[in-house]
Amino acid sequence: MTANKPIYHFQVGDRIEITSVELQDVMRRRLLDLGFVPGTVIEVVQKSPLGDPLAFKVFNTTIALRKEESSLIYGKKVYKEVV
Amino acid sequence: MAHTIALAGNPNTGKSTLFNLLTGLKQHTGNWPGKTVLRAEGELKTEKHVYTVIDLPGTYSLYSNSADEEVARDYIIFEKPDITLVVVDATSLERNLNIALQVLEMTDRAILCVNLIDEARKKGIHIDKEPLSKQLGIPVILISAREKIGIIQLLKTIDQMTEGKIETQPFKIKYNQTVEKKIKQLEPQIKQIIGNALPARWVALRILDGDIKLLDSLKSYLQNPDFVAEKHQPAQGGCCHGA
Repeated sequence: MTANKPIYHFQVGDRIEITSVELQDVMRRRLLDLGFVPGTVIEVVQKSPLGDPLAFKVFNTTIALRKEESSLIYGKKVYKEVV
Repeated sequence: MAHTIALAGNPNTGKSTLFNLLTGLKQHTGNWPGKTVLRAEGELKTEKHVYTVIDLPGTYSLYSNSADEEVARDYIIFEKPDITLVVVDATSLERNLNIALQVLEMTDRAILCVNLIDEARKKGIHIDKEPLSKQLGIPVILISAREKIGIIQLLKTIDQMTEGKIETQPFKIKYNQTVEKKIKQLEPQIKQIIGNALPARWVALRILDGDIKLLDSLKSYLQNPDFVAEKHQPAQGGCCHGA
């Protein structure tokens, strides 16, 4: 059983199933629109030298998020294919 | 009078390529998102009808998140195109359908164009057109604007929809009980104010969402003299309450 933690804390190559999005209002809406929806499996594809921002693969598109956002999206590590 | 067709969809799904193909124009296309910031217009002539085609900016949704989303949303809701073509990327349908569902909350005269079907086939993706069409309650056409696949079928469907030969039953999202209850409370009041000019359920949802910018757009819309005439029109032929 893997615990849920902010997607900010995963490593490049990790596949994460999103469990909750704790952001509010417009930013929450925006991230949901981009595909950061609970149940979706994403992958960490790149980390900038200082670890922020982080790039994620979501439904075939790479999206970079700052720590401000990625530390408020929670997920757990999974071992299935990213769509 | 020319009928209007709006192209809506996610960024980088080939809306402008389709627009150019339909209108014969050379609106700048390029493979990067956010290219169409303002809308572009062109003319399309089929064997039977003349259309004005409007290329809306590509957006991931149709709320008040940004200027381009507002442009796209205001056009669909206030200008009421006769047909809205929702252009989606066949290779990432799941995310793309988000905006399709939002469009279906705003209008029932929509066609889903699953674009880049050639790319999808190359990747081994198979799109089940019939079940998708049944579930969404609107026509689904598989196309490749770049390779000119499926365009004749699309034009035929556009003509048929214009002639009222296609009945749609757009899928409406059911929200949870609390939200649905509030919608029911708001709907009659909204109808009293705006009549059948706009889809009451959609307006109710925006109000519940606390969308202040939409309320501003709504106010200026209500002050428009054309609106008064429209409000009292019998509920038919409009984009949202059509037969």
